[in-house]
Amino acid sequence: MNLTLKVWRQAGPTAPGQFETYEARDISEDMSFLEVLDVVNEDLNDRGIEPIAFEHDCREGICGSCGVMINGQAHGPGFRTATCQLHMRLFKDGDSITVEPWRAASFPLIRDLVVNRSAFDRIIESGGFISVNTGSAVEANMIPIPKVVSDAAMDAAECIGCGACVASCPNGAASLFTAAKMQHLNLLPQGQAERWQRTQSMVETMEDFFGSCTSHGECQFACPKGISIDVIAYMNRDYLKSMSKNRKLGGQGLTT
Amino acid sequence: MATQSSTEAAVRPVNRRPRPMPWPLNIYQTAVGKKWVMAITGLMEIGFLVMHMLGNLKIYLGASALNHYAEGLREFGDPFAPREAVLWILRIGLLVAVVLHVHAAFSLWRMNRRTHPESYRSKRDYIAANWASRTMRWTGPIVLLFIFYHLSDLTFGGQNPSFQNGEVYHNVVASFSRPSVAAFYVIANLALGVHLFHGAWSMFQSMGINSPQYNSLRRVFAVLLTIAIIGPNISFPIAVQLGIVG
Repeated sequence: MNLTLKVWRQAGPTAPGQFETYEARDISEDMSFLEVLDVVNEDLNDRGIEPIAFEHDCREGICGSCGVMINGQAHGPGFRTATCQLHMRLFKDGDSITVEPWRAASFPLIRDLVVNRSAFDRIIESGGFISVNTGSAVEANMIPIPKVVSDAAMDAAECIGCGACVASCPNGAASLFTAAKMQHLNLLPQGQAERWQRTQSMVETMEDFFGSCTSHGECQFACPKGISIDVIAYMNRDYLKSMSKNRKLGGQGLTT
Repeated sequence: MATQSSTEAAVRPVNRRPRPMPWPLNIYQTAVGKKWVMAITGLMEIGFLVMHMLGNLKIYLGASALNHYAEGLREFGDPFAPREAVLWILRIGLLVAVVLHVHAAFSLWRMNRRTHPESYRSKRDYIAANWASRTMRWTGPIVLLFIFYHLSDLTFGGQNPSFQNGEVYHNVVASFSRPSVAAFYVIANLALGVHLFHGAWSMFQSMGINSPQYNSLRRVFAVLLTIAIIGPNISFPIAVQLGIVG
């Protein structure tokens, strides 16, 4: 099939940007969206035009680097897929597809479709460590964990940090990311020692960079891992508890 | 590939972190805490709306029933508290709730403008965000402006064509007999309904009231609450206009 791509081109962080229109010819419906960008880039390269810069790594939906806005949806119209897993069979011959980078104040644009997502690293850093013994891994059943709890923690731990939640949120909030990263530890026995310190510092660091949740619910549908906004409710609950616990515990050595 | 300057795309905090105040005031210094305050004050406002609507239904029982109810509000607490004392305590509580609700909304709106300054150049295709959730910032101020007019109309009487203190039934009929005012009341209540439809659901999320067993009921609750409050409310100006009341 033949497609028309409208792609955001911007030479650098402060350079002016605009949409450029490219033709993608002889696209197989079995291709992924990134492979279409590869085809377009080969053509641009042959014509001596600077190829489109886009971030990608694993191309199997686990690294979280390939997120872009496709036709106004984060990661495009696929259900629970990252851009690399978006099959072209979801599009029709002759379709016009608009591709735009994530837009948020804390995701500054580096080039074309690539943004700097290191604000997420600041949130993870502020979460700190969990207290476990080093050495070889303990016997898996030494710590009893109810099945429902380990399932819920695993659902939250699926987050690949792609930034689709921030990108899709009309407020530019990172509540889904932060709550997922926080809750997969808060739910488990191994995460209890530093639970309240982690909760408070991750929420506060999140708010240095991102907006506030108004429960649009857009993020849970943009999420390629289908993480539910239930984790945001758990975060809100844990945050209020953490404020009172940290006060009683002298902040567990919390320095903000 | 040209090397890009790392300083240009560097990530710096967008929001300024305030100096922490003592507990529990420090809760209100974060957005999550502000959402808690918005949820709790919103719940207080919903409580008021339900009582206000139930009391106003007395209009269908006639002038003496409504006026007697209005007098009862002033005498509430008798003989333990002076006349109007309990009423004023409730009024001050509600006023504090409204002020906090508006302040939290305004500061969160400013925060979200800082963190999301650029909108997408291409058209967004929203999946879950509905019309109600995206117009909270408009329906809120509409309702606030309506409250000022409503107080001036039926509490203080400044906007009322023939205001008589204590004659609630007369004042309501006099006000709602004006077609433009009746239409304004209906429109303002529809805006309130849109606000409630999202707020009455969203407050559960803000307060972390979330359990897979009853999550689907939260939306049902919001819809039923909105209909239960807004339905009777818009019936009052319509009833006066149709001559059912008056």
